[in-house]
Amino acid sequence: MSDARIADYAPIGDGRSLALVSRTGSIDWLCWPRLDSPSLFASLLDPAAGHWSIRPAGALQPRRRYLPETNVLQTDWEGPDGALEVTDWMAAATEAEKRRRLWPEHALVRRVRCGRGPLEVIVEFAPRPAYGKAPRWTRGEGSMRRVEAGGGLLVLQSDRTLVADGERARLVLRPGEQCCFLLTWASEAPAVLPPPESFAEDALALTTTWWRTWAGRMRYDGPWRALVLRSALAVKLLTFAPSGAIAAAGTTSLPERLGGDLNWDYRFCWVRDASLTVRALLSLGYEAEADAFVSWMLHATRLTRPEMKVLYDLYGREPPAEYELPWAGFRGSRPVRINNGASDQLQLDSYGEVIDAVAQLVRIGREVDGETNRMLGDFGSFVCRNWERPDSGIWEPREPLQHYSHSKVLCWVALERLLELQDRGSLRRLPVERFRQNRDQLAATIRGRAWSPSLGSYVQTLGGSRLDASSLLFSWYGFEDARSERMRGTAAALLERLSPAPGLLYRYDQSIEAGEGAFAICSFWFAEYLARGGGSLQAAEQMFAMAARFANDLGLLSEEIEPRSGELLGNFPQAFSHIGLISAALAIEERRRQTARRAAEVAR
Amino acid sequence: MNVGAWLIWGFAATVVLTTLMAGSQAANLTRMNLPYLLGTMVTPSRDKAKVLGIVMHLVNGWVFSLVYVLAFHQLGVATWWWGATVGFVHGAFVIAVAFPALPGIHPRMASETRGPTVVRHLEPPGFLGRHYGMRTPVSVLLSHLVYGGILGAFYPLG
Repeated sequence: MSDARIADYAPIGDGRSLALVSRTGSIDWLCWPRLDSPSLFASLLDPAAGHWSIRPAGALQPRRRYLPETNVLQTDWEGPDGALEVTDWMAAATEAEKRRRLWPEHALVRRVRCGRGPLEVIVEFAPRPAYGKAPRWTRGEGSMRRVEAGGGLLVLQSDRTLVADGERARLVLRPGEQCCFLLTWASEAPAVLPPPESFAEDALALTTTWWRTWAGRMRYDGPWRALVLRSALAVKLLTFAPSGAIAAAGTTSLPERLGGDLNWDYRFCWVRDASLTVRALLSLGYEAEADAFVSWMLHATRLTRPEMKVLYDLYGREPPAEYELPWAGFRGSRPVRINNGASDQLQLDSYGEVIDAVAQLVRIGREVDGETNRMLGDFGSFVCRNWERPDSGIWEPREPLQHYSHSKVLCWVALERLLELQDRGSLRRLPVERFRQNRDQLAATIRGRAWSPSLGSYVQTLGGSRLDASSLLFSWYGFEDARSERMRGTAAALLERLSPAPGLLYRYDQSIEAGEGAFAICSFWFAEYLARGGGSLQAAEQMFAMAARFANDLGLLSEEIEPRSGELLGNFPQAFSHIGLISAALAIEERRRQTARRAAEVAR
Repeated sequence: MNVGAWLIWGFAATVVLTTLMAGSQAANLTRMNLPYLLGTMVTPSRDKAKVLGIVMHLVNGWVFSLVYVLAFHQLGVATWWWGATVGFVHGAFVIAVAFPALPGIHPRMASETRGPTVVRHLEPPGFLGRHYGMRTPVSVLLSHLVYGGILGAFYPLG
């Protein structure tokens, strides 16, 4: 069994698909043509599920980084015997540039350069298409290998003739020499097969330019710029450009508990993430991405409205039935699940999220057309009819339904925002009186039954006694002022009961019983809550810094953090964790500016 | 050729086709709104696109019905089942050939190879239009069967 850690991986991608490269130069995860397609390489989850590694034969130590402001990964191998540089990226360019060239549908380039040597390099190319199930029709030798993979053709080319022994080849590079490998995917024949070396140079220039231009649009310029930008770049890797959907993570079944069964497929889009995601994208200056995401969301929910599914695939379709693969799992964490059975749950918070996301766009001047107007009105009516029902809540446990406080608050958000949009004149013909009555009833229910006087805290369920970190969001959504006694009491209780280590927070009481990790986004919610008035600026900065130190050496996060070892757990990279980091950094920056303004006014 | 009959039944078949497709959308068989899809070729406004798209679709339907009528004359047969057969071929062509090619001609539609640049674009329909809902091909084929059936049943050859 491999002893790899999730933190050892680094994602690269092209806005449609994603690969994970290990610290030791092995691509252990790649799904083409889309990031939710069956895998071509998946040794991350089973040693026999395919990989593509390039590494020096000698005892050299790897050190890696992304080229500044890009998703181009560079691994430098150093040792007494030599130095080797491996640069990995998926080709990216503007649509105009792609139109000017005959551009492959997908291209992953690996350029190997010898600094000191000579060095022997070992290349293992072992694709296992369609989760290892498809027959492997492999042809070719020397500088090209062709693999018929399901509906497509996978072609590996190199600019050197390699002598292969099965799936392993060796080559020797002298100082100053390089070798380029180009892996392309074609779903249509004839496949586009550019010469590897010239394509690599051209594609590297275009790819770095594309990412740097995109990174240059970021508006945040605070003290955590590097971390925030890396988070933005990670979210961008999870954004599916043809539809605007943002996948929750790039992988399936990376465990929330090592060796356990909390392994889920996150290559889908959760409607719930909408509000926080749109706010983060808009605040950073990525309006096109926010626009496209909301557009995807409204489009996706069209078939099921006014009811919404919890999650949809990248094209807004309901995911097929969940099933399990007979794989070993990441460090023995089984089962490996494909697709996600949570899609049929009732999660009432999704309605508030979608409506709040639209409200944020309206606030910056977007207009609501007639159909969206009707759809939002229908969502509001659905909330009125259903908010008294129990649901599965934000954490979607596969347990009996409950009256989750967070879901009730989001139902309140849904009606509050609809009434706001009606007041602004952005929406028309809503049943205002009905919405107002239900909103007020919701507020009274939450204030009366979601609050525990004995604990001095908001609680997970109405009338319950368990704590839940999602209560921190009550101030984010404007239900409760962050400075209020109730929010301060809640924060203090959460810190006392749910924080296993400085900078970490479990999502709820049950996490401790389940033995799962601390939830990365909850730490950032806490930092943001402090920045919004729940604590001092210094306390917010401290919480942020403590939480951010659990990111890996590249600044990347998965869903959870093991509290004792600090190891990353869960699917990777995880959009929600990075959205939380961005949102907290923005709130802290806003607080810092407010503090500076006040200080300047006092000085005057 | 009977121009009057072509104009009347071409129009009637197109109205039924458009209504059936709108009905499929209302019945949640598909997300595809054909007038919207066509209208956004000329305007980004969703509301205007739908109105313009209805006009464009009616004109399209009329023009296509001329092809059906010519086919009936050429073969000397105009029955509901023959019209439905032509409709089936027409529908199959639309979902299998025209839909995948649409991103190449629609100025506001993303293609499957777009990325990483993101713009608020219409999603591509994909092969058989399945990106707009898995039952989209059923809705398109049935609508075209009925369209052809009406033309075949009511257009007089003599």
